[in-house]
Amino acid sequence: MAADTVRGARKAGRYTLLVVLAFIVVFPIYAVVMQAFKTGPGSLDHPRSLLPVDLTLSTVKAAWTQGNLGRLLLNSMFVSLMVTVGVVITSLLAAYAFAFLQFPFKGPMFIAFLATMLVPAEVTVVINERTADSLGWINSFQGLIVPSLASTFGVFLVRQVFLQLPGELREAAALDGVGHLRFLWEVAAPLSRPTLGALGLFTFLGTWNAYLWPSQVIRGDRAHETIQIGLEHLKNNDISKINLVTGGLVVAALPIFIMLVLFQRQLVRGLTAGAVKG
Amino acid sequence: MILLGPSGCGKSTLLRTVAGLEDPTAGDVFIGDRRVNDVQPKERDIAMVFQSYALYPHKTVAANIEFPLKVRGVGKSQRAEEARNAAALLGLEPQLKRKPGQLSGGQRQRVALARAIVRKPSVFLMDEPLSNLDAKLRGDTRAELVDLHRRIDSTFIYVTHDQVEAMTMGTRVAVLNFGKLQQVGTPQDVYDRPATAFVAQFIGTPPMNLLPAGMLGSDSVQVGIRPEHLKLAPGGELHAVVRQVEHLGHEVLLTADANGTRLVSRLEPSAFIPEVGDPVAFDADPGRRHHFDATTGERVP
Amino acid sequence: MKRRLRDVPWAIAMLLPSIALVAVWTIYPLVKAIQFGHLTCDVTGKKCRDVGWGRYWDVFTSTQFQHSLGVSLKLMLLTVPTGLVLGIGLAVLADKHLRGIGIFRTIFSSTVATSVAVASLVWFVLLQPQIGVLADVFSGWFPVLKNPGLLNDPGTALLAVAFSSIWANLGFTFIIITAALQSVPRDLYESAYVDGAGSTRRFTNVTLPMIAPTLLFVGVVLTTRALQTYGEIALLTSGGPNPEKPTTTIPYLIYGRTSLIHTDLGTKSAAAVLLFLLSLVLALVQFRGLEKRVHYGS
Repeated sequence: MAADTVRGARKAGRYTLLVVLAFIVVFPIYAVVMQAFKTGPGSLDHPRSLLPVDLTLSTVKAAWTQGNLGRLLLNSMFVSLMVTVGVVITSLLAAYAFAFLQFPFKGPMFIAFLATMLVPAEVTVVINERTADSLGWINSFQGLIVPSLASTFGVFLVRQVFLQLPGELREAAALDGVGHLRFLWEVAAPLSRPTLGALGLFTFLGTWNAYLWPSQVIRGDRAHETIQIGLEHLKNNDISKINLVTGGLVVAALPIFIMLVLFQRQLVRGLTAGAVKG
Repeated sequence: MILLGPSGCGKSTLLRTVAGLEDPTAGDVFIGDRRVNDVQPKERDIAMVFQSYALYPHKTVAANIEFPLKVRGVGKSQRAEEARNAAALLGLEPQLKRKPGQLSGGQRQRVALARAIVRKPSVFLMDEPLSNLDAKLRGDTRAELVDLHRRIDSTFIYVTHDQVEAMTMGTRVAVLNFGKLQQVGTPQDVYDRPATAFVAQFIGTPPMNLLPAGMLGSDSVQVGIRPEHLKLAPGGELHAVVRQVEHLGHEVLLTADANGTRLVSRLEPSAFIPEVGDPVAFDADPGRRHHFDATTGERVP
Repeated sequence: MKRRLRDVPWAIAMLLPSIALVAVWTIYPLVKAIQFGHLTCDVTGKKCRDVGWGRYWDVFTSTQFQHSLGVSLKLMLLTVPTGLVLGIGLAVLADKHLRGIGIFRTIFSSTVATSVAVASLVWFVLLQPQIGVLADVFSGWFPVLKNPGLLNDPGTALLAVAFSSIWANLGFTFIIITAALQSVPRDLYESAYVDGAGSTRRFTNVTLPMIAPTLLFVGVVLTTRALQTYGEIALLTSGGPNPEKPTTTIPYLIYGRTSLIHTDLGTKSAAAVLLFLLSLVLALVQFRGLEKRVHYGS
């Protein structure tokens, strides 16, 4: 009896704690979403602004037109898709070479390749901006896309999966006269689909969310801006229009939220691949 | 042809060299009259069945069997037809639409076999194809393979470490040890006239008794006697003490100790069976004795 | 021998895209930045002079860099331990089998969907001094929220940035630590339980050692992110408030539009290389220091 009460009290305590913490974590998102669906004074009348009343789409609509959000979303979508496809392809090819082919200096080359993971973008952007400039890629999609087309992490991840495929599979295929590209396409890639999915998801999210490089390579050309750097234009000197930002935030975050709900498993797999395997 | 030997003796490497998966460090590889050292595996007119079967897990059984033909550019309908025939030959039709993961070990083994058969190679290479099956299935499959060999009439090169497989399936057996060919011959030949002390001990269960040099006869010769030829004989030359008696029903195995040398004798259950601790004497018909050079291990006539 | 070389043309073809890209966009800029770090430039950034390796020392000891180094390290100390502790706490709390735990897990993971820009702008809106929700609701307890506003007070601006970072990283930290917790074999807990270990003891003797490698990984990632903080600064404070510039992190010093060295290629390069070395050293220290105490699972 007593033990049951203690257990019950403990459970209730745990729930209370969870609810409070969940409220704190989710509050910023909730507040912004609520404000985004209010208009004018309603969005500034705190704390009434937090209640789900007086809801309207007009702020989101205004943000959409004034921020040119449709264009920004399309740009981000295009850039992220291109980078994702590119990274999956370059990673597959390089990982195949490192996993299945014999060539001199393979080991040292792989180590050297991996070592470049240690170089953060914050170091290279200084010079990459110059390179992009000399190629005429400032304010262009090439500038946004091409430098991100190779992923050392991707190569590492895919190679890891390839190495786990039984070697006899490649040998059996070789006896049948299956060439490298065909084996990659018909056997190795399909068998690595979960990992490729995680890699693709991560590349997409990373590109979609990137800030530093786009902010440097796109200099005020509104036609090529991604949503991440374009949102800033909604910050207005007119402080009363601050809720335009909230409208923009909802539009910018929604696609990612939807993606994450759809691909939750791949996300966790990808996140933990780095942490658990190392 | 069976390549037989303990693990690590080089039999798999030999097979892989024939397949073209490894390059020979020296010497030539011939398939038929053709020297194939520089021939790509796919052009060697061979097919191989791997120990792990190496089936493509994401393809159906039918797609697995068809794949070698697809690579060769064989048309779709012909491919399906030939795959069906190969599957029929091995009783695999009901499984054609399944994936390897849904099959039993024996079925997978047969899919791997079917995938080799569709190529109609002049040589089949098999690397311990039965080692992943349980004992009963292994026995059945052994018989099926022999039957298959008879029907499709190609050369089989079959690697195994299991002497029972070698004895029951082989037309000829090649025994390898430490990368060296010890003997080639029919199974019976290899059993009756082992060319080296190694072959003598490797083939036959329980293995042949190998007496240290000088124990019977000359100082430079080891004498080998198979357990079934080592007879209890009151006046025999070999004196020993019985250590163990194993009643196996159809026979009795007697293990005895002769001055530190272990002797095993196979007796009829109806014969007189001594008890553990009894002193006994053995003898063997001189015609049933095998002589091996004490240093080289080679057979002395 | 032949076999070893037969694959070479294929290897070249397949590696070429990745290697060329990495060479042009990672290795070349690193080498070039190291080289440009020798330069000292005039105000326009056009006329530069090579003054050798000593330039690095000059940049390192310059007031601007020292200040930014301090800011970056402070930000790191504000975000990494807090982020780790919160992540562990939430993950442990949500690791129990309770009804509806899935909803809490989803909520705790949710900030993983926010980008730097989105998270920063969320806090930008919330922290507005005149009209922000937090100012209106909490200024009774914390007057600074209203006047001059958390982001506008030199004493609290970095704290506000830290809030934003911790919150934005929480989803990532939570997901990874939860996965690590779930991979701890249940029978370890059960055997500890049978041995009479209480829940605190089970946590310190079973949970922590088992998830230590993951914590190390998360720690390194959070540290790296803290040192690389740029977008939050650009969107929240622009390195300000001026003139104290309490939020000018090293990346903002290098890339910020309002940064004083924005046009000075030589100094920017030197600062970038120093930032690289700093993150490298910190990562190595963390790995070295913790490696001995960390048990990588069998």
